[in-house]
Amino acid sequence: MLAPSFYTKTDEILSHYPAQERSLIPIIHEVQETYNYVPVELLPYIAKHIGITETKAYSVASFYERFSFEPKGKFIIRVCDGTACHVRHSLPVLERLRSELGLSDKKHTTDDMLFTVETVSCLGACSLAPALMVNEHVHPAMTPEKATELIKELREEAKNA
Amino acid sequence: MPVMKIDGYPVEFTDEPNILSVIRKAGINLPTLCYHSELSIYGACRLCTVEDDKGRMFASCSERPRDGLSIKTSTPRLVRYRRMLIELMLASHHRDCTTCVKSGDCELQNLAHRLGVSEVRWGYKQRTHKRDFSSPSIVRDPDKCILCGDCVRVCEGIQGINAIDFAMRGTDAMVIPAFNKEIAKTDCVNCGQCRVVCPTGAISINTNIRPVWEALADPDVKVFAQVAPAVRVAAGQAFGGAKGENVMGKIVAALHKLGFDEVYDTTFGADMTILEESKEFLELFKKGGPFPLFTSCCPAWVSFCEKRWPEFVPHISTSYSPIQMLGSIAREYYADPKNNEGKKILSVGIMPCTAKKAEILREDLKRDGKQNIDYVLTTEEMITMIKRAGIQFDKLEGEAADMPFGMGSGGGVIFGNSGGVMEAALRTLCEGPDRPAIEELRQSGVRGPSPLREFTFNYKGNEIKAAVVSGLAEADALLRRIKNGESFYHFVEVMACRRGCIMGGGQPAHAGIRTKEARKHGLYESDVNTQIKKSNENPTALAIYDTLIKGREHELLHSHR
Repeated sequence: MLAPSFYTKTDEILSHYPAQERSLIPIIHEVQETYNYVPVELLPYIAKHIGITETKAYSVASFYERFSFEPKGKFIIRVCDGTACHVRHSLPVLERLRSELGLSDKKHTTDDMLFTVETVSCLGACSLAPALMVNEHVHPAMTPEKATELIKELREEAKNA
Repeated sequence: MPVMKIDGYPVEFTDEPNILSVIRKAGINLPTLCYHSELSIYGACRLCTVEDDKGRMFASCSERPRDGLSIKTSTPRLVRYRRMLIELMLASHHRDCTTCVKSGDCELQNLAHRLGVSEVRWGYKQRTHKRDFSSPSIVRDPDKCILCGDCVRVCEGIQGINAIDFAMRGTDAMVIPAFNKEIAKTDCVNCGQCRVVCPTGAISINTNIRPVWEALADPDVKVFAQVAPAVRVAAGQAFGGAKGENVMGKIVAALHKLGFDEVYDTTFGADMTILEESKEFLELFKKGGPFPLFTSCCPAWVSFCEKRWPEFVPHISTSYSPIQMLGSIAREYYADPKNNEGKKILSVGIMPCTAKKAEILREDLKRDGKQNIDYVLTTEEMITMIKRAGIQFDKLEGEAADMPFGMGSGGGVIFGNSGGVMEAALRTLCEGPDRPAIEELRQSGVRGPSPLREFTFNYKGNEIKAAVVSGLAEADALLRRIKNGESFYHFVEVMACRRGCIMGGGQPAHAGIRTKEARKHGLYESDVNTQIKKSNENPTALAIYDTLIKGREHELLHSHR
């Protein structure tokens, strides 16, 4: 059961969109932006408001890789594994990040909720390959060494924040 | 008339919605797993793929026929392609075929044989998901799902429920309820239409065969069955009989052979329902409302109304459904030591319906905390039992149902068709000579192919506005119109399954359009061949009022929702 504040906040988000089926994806996007993830408990609430079944809302929300039902870390690192990045060795970068943080293809988020490491199929930054994003910032021409350095910087940033 | 060439031969077409229909009209049964003419077109299974004269391949279900088009339906390339598709489906399907409930009746298995798939090159899929036994009506086995989406489209499109849907994507994709919760915790109304369209064993009937069989073998238990109208026109085909043939006599004989002490006819219960429901309607009609009165026979409809339209629940007739009528009255009958012979009594309903398995558990239908019916077996389960016992059904001589609950009217027997309950109820209000009055009612619009039929009936100079609807999505739209004041009716019959109980969730699957029509005509013909047409002229039903249930109609024949 979520705290009442989640529902007040969601009401506010819902007020930004017409109460129609087509608003589902924009609403889920905004919920995810707000909380870093999509609390599943909110889906029936959203579905009811826009007049669809909770089954449909779950079907859509679970389809997209972008939406997560698990809380994510403060820094969401999205390593591009599109064709261009892949051929320019994005996988060693991904492996380094995972080994630095003790993560794997099953475990995406560190226990201290600081880092989440995921792959994406293309960031649209192919000329900068191999690229990754930390939250909204693109980091170009990555190497495993630069990845280690990046983690160190982000840890510092978190400490000073 | 436009003409297409199919495998070199010209085939004329008119308003066929897609090339697949034209191909089938030409007598070629292209394989499909996701195509049902009454569902939306999905194009997922790709088995109906054909090749045009330029070598282009496309799914014939998803393209309109065009004049002058020339296609081939089974080139070596297409044959390879189809075999590969089935092989891929089998690779991601938990193949415990020899012990699967669906074995022998599985469309995937049949197609694998038919298309000559002799090996699967990609290993064996172990069980990775738990089966869902939460519903009294159906069992979900996600490891057997091939993602054809038939169940999703019938649940959402025809029934308007959407209890299950696709979730996740790619190799993780599954058909599940929201949040992967148990099906019993969803808006599922137990209609079982998902299991009717499921080509594999991913959704099957939650069976009660075992406890019934144990009771049949127990000398201290007297087991009686009642057989619903729709069962008799659907069972024969499983034993090589004609589509839609009324095999009630053989069913009674087979059930006797299985060890049922008495076999009654739910048509008797249907007559009781009509007696009570038409009384209820007349009182309401004289009182002037509130309208409409909804029929109460269909448990999936009642459940749907409770879940989606609680405001209309008080409008549902309180009269028991036929199975409950017979169950409740038989309980009184067997309370007498003369009739129970000192034995325990077990009451079994043989039904075309998976929702009846849930209905019998309802609290408002229990009396003194006890269910009126102990178990419901679907037509499919009854067929399974007859086959398992080795009874040669086709060679049986018909027997009559047992008294005192073995007699029903023609009105009672047509209950299994959409519109049948309404027609039976209005028959009791017909005035004047029977034959012309019944014929006039028959032609009033109560029968017909449309899932929604609206018509009027003249009762003592007053107009009764009536509607008959089948399919819950259609019913949902109707309720919305009633609520908004766009439509007005005095009396509405709702059945959850399209065409009514003859196409219920417990009936033998794979019924094509000809089987559906044959079942319908089978029931109408049974009516024609019954001496008593009106429920209120069934002497055995009328006699009950002065004996078994005297002064206790309300307690014994009505739900206290």
